[in-house]
Amino acid sequence: MKLFEYESKSIAQNLGINTPKGGLASTADEARDIHKRIGGEVVIKAQVLVAGRGKAGGIKFGSKPDETRDRASEILAMTIKGEKVKKVLIEQKLAIKKEMFGSIVLDRVNRCQTVLASDQGGIDIEEVASKNPEKIFRQRLDPVFGMRGYDARQVASKLGYQGPKLNALTDLLSNLYRLSVIYDAELVESNPLVETADGKFVTADLRVIVDDNSLFRHPEFQERSKEASAEVTPLEAKARENGLAFVELDGDVGIMGNGAGLVMATLDMVNHYGGKPANFCDVGGGADADKVATALQIIQGSDKVRRIFINILAGITRCDEVAKGIVEVKKVVGLKKPLVVRMQGTNYEEGKRILNSIGITALERMDEAAQLLTSGKVA
Amino acid sequence: MTLLVGKQTRAIVQGITGNQGSFHTKLMRDYGTHIVAGVTPGKGGTSVQGVPVYDTVAAAMEKTDANASIIFVPAPFAKEAGMEAVDSGLNPVVIITEMIPARDSMVLMAYAKEHHATIVGPNTPGVITPGEAKLGIMPGDVFSPGGVGVASRSGTLTYEIAMYLTHAGIGQSTCLGIGGDPVTGLNFVDVLKMFRDDKSTNAVVLIGEIGGSAEEDAADFIEDTKYPKPVAAYVAGRAAPPGKRMGHAGAIITGTEGTADAKMKRFTEVGVRVAEVPSDLPRLLQQQKAALVQH
Repeated sequence: MKLFEYESKSIAQNLGINTPKGGLASTADEARDIHKRIGGEVVIKAQVLVAGRGKAGGIKFGSKPDETRDRASEILAMTIKGEKVKKVLIEQKLAIKKEMFGSIVLDRVNRCQTVLASDQGGIDIEEVASKNPEKIFRQRLDPVFGMRGYDARQVASKLGYQGPKLNALTDLLSNLYRLSVIYDAELVESNPLVETADGKFVTADLRVIVDDNSLFRHPEFQERSKEASAEVTPLEAKARENGLAFVELDGDVGIMGNGAGLVMATLDMVNHYGGKPANFCDVGGGADADKVATALQIIQGSDKVRRIFINILAGITRCDEVAKGIVEVKKVVGLKKPLVVRMQGTNYEEGKRILNSIGITALERMDEAAQLLTSGKVA
Repeated sequence: MTLLVGKQTRAIVQGITGNQGSFHTKLMRDYGTHIVAGVTPGKGGTSVQGVPVYDTVAAAMEKTDANASIIFVPAPFAKEAGMEAVDSGLNPVVIITEMIPARDSMVLMAYAKEHHATIVGPNTPGVITPGEAKLGIMPGDVFSPGGVGVASRSGTLTYEIAMYLTHAGIGQSTCLGIGGDPVTGLNFVDVLKMFRDDKSTNAVVLIGEIGGSAEEDAADFIEDTKYPKPVAAYVAGRAAPPGKRMGHAGAIITGTEGTADAKMKRFTEVGVRVAEVPSDLPRLLQQQKAALVQH
């Protein structure tokens, strides 16, 4: 789960990490009042979860409160990459001496967390990685012992510091690591991480992504995780509320299957035979009749879906449960779109028998089913 | 001695009293796997499918000669269940549980490494040596004994492909899922090493998917080591748009990284035969076999 910048910074402040003085505004007038309170020049930043807001015009500057109100009003009217801007963060403009990049990221390949740092900050780090890969310093962290003082000092040293400044930057890095542990963050990233003219280290921007698999032990994010993310379509939000992995696509073939890999391969196969998938929907391992019924209703409820392909290869899932789910939908609301079902694996015979009882013949092979679906015979 | 699991396997099922634990204990036994004990804290003294249940792995070890474990416990308890198995010297430890916090998995994998234990998963369908034993939730009847080693990032897609191989008369030595969680005990390179050293494996199938770099790393390894056995692959997710996560934690295309096409291209460059659709794999393997015979 991605946190907004203002949420990330609020957590960081509680851990003693320097962030620019500022406040959050939902209206232009609030933005003006915050500027009045903090004084000086300010930066007005769109609070969105998508990356690239700067290039999209979501960051502006204000030298007077009235100017800040006008700029905030412009930003609050924006939609950035499909995400409506609802709030802006008003922050004191920093007197910057040096802009750096610092992040602590889950390193899947090495099964640990790794610090990525660079003295080239404030720009897209992928750009640095491709143009000046030697400018990115990596420090792997032991998963059991975590970030030790000398790990952090090594990073600060590679960023070009020594003496008291090295100690100050080390403290900040240690606190960013502490944040990643306390909140189970798969990413903590400050870009730019700024050294100010008066010699302080400040996280001018801060991004935190919480590991979704850890949300069960974070009651503090419970409400937040229920909020529909702006990156999610209403149909996706509805499906996800019901525990389905669901992605909406552009085509007209509704797809349901069990297992992410199988569903991806199903999309590929439908594509291969000339069909266009309308969605990715994984009911997951061990889905019961209710979950299958819910998924089918969500898929057939979408206007753009003309045909539906259910592809089940049962391991932990049971074919009879899947069949019962389809029967349930037929009984309760009816089957509204032509349906091709492919079934194999655990309790296959029973599943096939149940589907036969409502006049559906389950196919055994996925390529057969995909060909039938795209043959024009299913209309 | 077969790879990871076989006739020699005597397994403990951790989380045996749950729905999935008890259901799959039955299926694993039906397949011929020796399940010697179950563990569920608080349920010691009972039995499931005729298998005695203990409160701790240590208690089960006092009464049995177990040498492997399969874990079905809920995600919040999976890290400790894995450590408990490793502590008792069980190896391999197969973790079926999905969506374990990355931090827990990181710590568990470091612990297992220190104790020289192999963790398969988490979020894996498990391991099967067809005709001998399975520690997993895969439907046994789609697999058949033979010489092709199969490693996959996915569960059901593995069954799909095993089924095509079986129908084409191509048996499998060992099939395993490396797991769909962000942090797993094995990656493709680890499994390629195992298959290379395994006498009963004469060819390898890798089943990849979009996201991450597991396929690229495997391709580098195949190139760098002049991998001695033929490898064929399928990569799922060609139809997936960038920026959308396709179910698995890692299955997301970010920027230009992790696309199916890039992975397929890299595989092709190092001599791996790449299937356009999963049902094409048997044909590719037969071609490779024919090419080998001609040498």
